[in-house]
Amino acid sequence: MEKRSILNSKIFKLSRICALFVALLAISGTAFSQEKANNNPDKPYDPKVAIFEHIGDAHAWHVSLPLVKEFSIPLPVIIYTNKGLEVFMSDKFYNANNEETAYQGKNYAYVLENGKIKVADAAGKPDETVRVLDFSITRNVASMWLGMIVLLIIFGSVSSTYKKRVGKAPKGLQSFMEPLIVFVRDDIAIPNIGVKHGKYMSLLLTLFFFILINNLLGLVPFFPGGFNLTGNIAVTLSLSFIVLLVINFSGNKYYWKHIFAPDIPLWLYIIMVPVELIGIISKPFALMIRLFANITAGHIIVLSLISLIFIFKSLAVSPASIVFVVFMDTIELLVAFLQAYIFTMLTALFVGMAVEEHHHEHGAEI
Amino acid sequence: MELVTPELGLVFWTTISFLIFLFLLRKFAWKPILGAINDRERSIEDSLAKADAAKFEMERLSEEIEASLKQARIERDDILSEARKVKEKIIAESKDAAQAEGAKMIEKARIEITSLKAIAMADVKNQVASLSLEIAEKVLRKQFEDSKKQDELVTELLKEVKI
Repeated sequence: MEKRSILNSKIFKLSRICALFVALLAISGTAFSQEKANNNPDKPYDPKVAIFEHIGDAHAWHVSLPLVKEFSIPLPVIIYTNKGLEVFMSDKFYNANNEETAYQGKNYAYVLENGKIKVADAAGKPDETVRVLDFSITRNVASMWLGMIVLLIIFGSVSSTYKKRVGKAPKGLQSFMEPLIVFVRDDIAIPNIGVKHGKYMSLLLTLFFFILINNLLGLVPFFPGGFNLTGNIAVTLSLSFIVLLVINFSGNKYYWKHIFAPDIPLWLYIIMVPVELIGIISKPFALMIRLFANITAGHIIVLSLISLIFIFKSLAVSPASIVFVVFMDTIELLVAFLQAYIFTMLTALFVGMAVEEHHHEHGAEI
Repeated sequence: MELVTPELGLVFWTTISFLIFLFLLRKFAWKPILGAINDRERSIEDSLAKADAAKFEMERLSEEIEASLKQARIERDDILSEARKVKEKIIAESKDAAQAEGAKMIEKARIEITSLKAIAMADVKNQVASLSLEIAEKVLRKQFEDSKKQDELVTELLKEVKI
């Protein structure tokens, strides 16, 4: 039995290494194709454009099968202007020759400017006077839904396995997921929140797995992955805003007393109350910035290392570049787990601080 | 700057999707999964507790068995020694009885022998007496067939008689 498991782990390691190399090939393919898309013969390669195109959002999902084909999957555009809602597919912005053009919608003509949808004036130039609220299903929204569907499938099947195998030892995917779930419960929720952890388990588990799957899918360099969702400030903002609401709505009287009536001399209130009020915002704010910065930085480093090949215009650079990318990808794999853990852990910590009982009992006589 | 400017659309979709996702997972995954894990942990704890209790019970039982075995052993020893005593007593008693019986029988035999001996002696005496008389008669007859000898004897006897 023991021998078999060693064999399995060896195969597992081997397959991981292979996957990493395939990934590397593909990432260079992606970067290369992006480079090609941006590259006019008279304009030198600009790594900033390529990198920011990757880590930013887009109205189409770029797919490249290395050395085979590359194309963009059009995504729905939903925009709201002062004349009302308008929905169309993003490929309307491109003509038959795959060049950007203006699209004449119902209310206005629209044009893409650096990936942003703007109302176009008669000359086809962006008209800044009309405000466009963009609720499009962008690449990040689509990839977020993809990640959610993956998680729903995984946990739907795991939960049905639990229903089928009542009282039995976990098996298959279930035994892979159970340690993670139990980890979130026993090492994140219970130590930080304590007995009241049950109410917050759903949020913590969802946060953990949502961040984890999107971190991991973001590391996959080809089609279904390769996005920068958890490194997008809008996403981390939304997550940490939900956390902010959860913290403050679950805050008990001790939590609020700590903020508005701490056990300190009265004259210190002038300093402490504003500091505590800032603390309400700064805790989730730190969560937001931490996740955003970590993931984005990782993506930028990997893409920069790949870009070296194109900056030097030499294939000879690629071995060095790839060695560093392997190194970075390995670290990013760690970071993917680490950031999911830290985000969840700090959420649990803040919630735990908000629901803690008898916070200041020892100082009650002052 | 664009990098740190959240886009309204993405904030909107993330918030909506995340809340729906949270609700879906809560309903279809976390509740059943955590419930199952808790149930299983509880059943494992129960089983462990039961196993402990069973172990304790078994120890208690084996102690009880040990104790009753000891008791039984003591009782057996008691019974054996009792039996031994009884045996010895019976043997002793029967020995005594046998001895007494033997003595009695010997006594009886002795008495019988004595009486038989007396009878026999009396018989022998009678026989001896009659035999002696017969012998004496025969001797006398033989002695006194000769009249001379009779005279001699008479004379002698007369000599002895002294008046």
